[in-house]
Amino acid sequence: MEAFADVALLSRIQFALTVAYHFLFVPLSIGLGLILAINETRYYRSRKPEDAAATKFWVKIFTATFAIGVATGITMEFSFGTNWANYSRFVGDIFGAPLAAEALFAFFLESVFLGVLLFGRKRVSPKFYMVSAWLVWFGSCLSALWILIANSWMQTPAGAELNAEGTEAIITNFWEAAFNPSIFARYTHTVDALLIMGAFAAMAVAGWYMLKGRNKDFAMKTMRIAAVVGIVSSCAMIVFAHASAVNVWEEQPTKLAMMEGMYDSEVPPLYAIGIVDEESQEVIAPFAIPGGTSFLATGNFETEYPGLNELAQTEQFGDMNVEDLPVGLVFQSYHIMVAMYGLIMLTAILVLIFSFKGARIQKMRWLQWAAVLSPIWPFVAIQTGWITAEVGRQPWVVYPSMSGPEGVSLLTNDAISMSVSSVELWITLALFVLVYLILLIGWIRVVGRFIKEGPIVEAGAVKEGE
Amino acid sequence: MMEFLSVLWFFLIFLLIAGYFVLDGFDLGIGTLSPFIAKNDEERAILRRSIGPVWDGNEVWLLTAGGALFAAFPDAYATTFSGFYLAVMLVLFGLIVRAVSFEFGAGDPHWRKLWDACFFVGSLLPALLLGVAVGNIFAGIPMDAIGDYVGMPLFGLITPFTLLTGLLGLSMFLAAGASWAALKTPLDSELRARAIALRMPLQVVSLVLFVIVSIYALILIGPDMDANLSVLRILFAVLVVAGLVVAMIVGKLQDNDLKSFLAQSASMIALVALLACSMFPVLVNATPDSIGPAITIYNAASSELSLACMSIILCIGLPLVLAYHVIIYRTFRGRISAADLKH
Repeated sequence: MEAFADVALLSRIQFALTVAYHFLFVPLSIGLGLILAINETRYYRSRKPEDAAATKFWVKIFTATFAIGVATGITMEFSFGTNWANYSRFVGDIFGAPLAAEALFAFFLESVFLGVLLFGRKRVSPKFYMVSAWLVWFGSCLSALWILIANSWMQTPAGAELNAEGTEAIITNFWEAAFNPSIFARYTHTVDALLIMGAFAAMAVAGWYMLKGRNKDFAMKTMRIAAVVGIVSSCAMIVFAHASAVNVWEEQPTKLAMMEGMYDSEVPPLYAIGIVDEESQEVIAPFAIPGGTSFLATGNFETEYPGLNELAQTEQFGDMNVEDLPVGLVFQSYHIMVAMYGLIMLTAILVLIFSFKGARIQKMRWLQWAAVLSPIWPFVAIQTGWITAEVGRQPWVVYPSMSGPEGVSLLTNDAISMSVSSVELWITLALFVLVYLILLIGWIRVVGRFIKEGPIVEAGAVKEGE
Repeated sequence: MMEFLSVLWFFLIFLLIAGYFVLDGFDLGIGTLSPFIAKNDEERAILRRSIGPVWDGNEVWLLTAGGALFAAFPDAYATTFSGFYLAVMLVLFGLIVRAVSFEFGAGDPHWRKLWDACFFVGSLLPALLLGVAVGNIFAGIPMDAIGDYVGMPLFGLITPFTLLTGLLGLSMFLAAGASWAALKTPLDSELRARAIALRMPLQVVSLVLFVIVSIYALILIGPDMDANLSVLRILFAVLVVAGLVVAMIVGKLQDNDLKSFLAQSASMIALVALLACSMFPVLVNATPDSIGPAITIYNAASSELSLACMSIILCIGLPLVLAYHVIIYRTFRGRISAADLKH
């Protein structure tokens, strides 16, 4: 029964649920935003009505996705105050500025120029329309930057100090706080993943049309754009993912130990799959490359790394209770993410080869099916990646990172709103599940309809804009 | 410097709120009025189209105000958002379903009724509850020593005074919505005639509620108001009334919808300015039985460096935002025509 009245746990569940849901749609809209902008640039050059139809098709899907992303994003901004009042008091001096900057610099840009995309085809010049498409995408990448600055600061605090009373983190240097030790690795890693998501979503649409034998020209063009974006972003991911892993190695030892299931200090091996037995504190895996993780992080096979039990003895991580840590969840999330990357790379290579060499994909039904199913891989990778990042820093909400200023850390359990009861949380949790479920069904219906309709070439659109 | 920045940010927060109330105010008004003035699908489409390109940008003012409050006065943000938990959540759910109802309604004929209902409810909830929230921070809430709200959830926030402020907010939003509808709908349409028929009565109701709320407010916290600002308060009170009266006159006698809408908006700005001058330097008032003190710019402000950074961010951002608004409102100026609906 205790769990039913645990405000901290319920608040975490609500935040996890709403942020995971929000992060279904944001990756799609940022990823598809690029596909849309590329399409519109093609139209700007060609002025062919079918290219205009392609842009319009993507604008419709983008807008439906963007709308739900915006709507569920408001939840996130409000939730710091509604459910994490003590967190807000602790970090307000630093954390609020990026949120305000995100709204000022990014949200206004995105929303205003999306208005142009939606309603302005006949009202603005073709050039202005194309620039608007790029500005919407640029705005969404900028918004990702600000929110990841905020999130990365919670992972690796910098440019701050604890106030004299020990109740608040106070900013000492804006640039150090904004460009904290993990921001570059985490920003590139995240945004690149979103581009993969967009490319694979476009692949799926193109693959579906190929299977149905419809919109052949559009399907082939889309498949090629998606193949190029897909392969470039998937290859770049090797660099970005590696940088992120090295950053965790250097800054967040407890997270790294959870990712690899290391309870005791060891030279970390590399597992492809495995199970963490939290009782006996062991990893059960069919095979392992000895020192593999050590090699990936440091370049040699012999670097020893502290385990959770050792880390719990230190002053820095002393607040951690090893038995309560969700090691299995973090281990599995991390390894599923890596496995998904294997599938992503494989799909990207196959689609690239067969989209360009004589467009053979048009006759390969199995590859068309693979393209239709392909968004599942980045989708699962993105969700499990975030679980790794967010659950991996528990039990802290502001993590006591290796290079972080002394004392600037906060336990998740100390971050809640004292004035919110578990009853209120149950009410809002139920409402979130209900409303978000209806939104999801509504989104599937609308986007499904748009895809069924396909791009519609307007009669008389040939002369337009010339 | 610290004193200056705190005072500056107090008024900047209210400036952002004024921006939100003026711009998203007419969106909320349109949404709430929609079932009453639009009688068929085409008329509903015209109303949606009238705010289609702009509503999203308008709503960002709320996010900016929320983020700025978090950054500049974290304690005020924490206390109000957690203290008004269920009310904030109702506003939030309203904003969520309203946002998607726009895009989903147009693309899903079978679920059109559901999304139309969402458009209405999603507009009504914020339109009513925002005023209730303002009434509460104005009249005061019970807090503990840290500043956490200790009253009854949701129902503790509803008093005769806060109900009146909620209704004042609602009527001002509805009047703005009717003004916007009159401005954007086709000139000789029945839709415009219905909007105009509602515009003046709503302005009269706003005026009456404003007078009642003002007197009530003077009795409630009149003695605590900053004496230095009394001249400004009188000025803004006069401007609220003048804005509404001018809106009525130019709307009725000159049939000038743009001027009427602008006067209506000016009245809304004056109302928020009056609120700011009446509350200064308090952000959240405490009731007499409250253990914790009122939350003011002196006990809730962020550090000097944080406020300075925010000031620089705003100096760069605000001109850009205003430029975007000029672009979008100019691009989509004029009345909606049948051709616009084909998009």
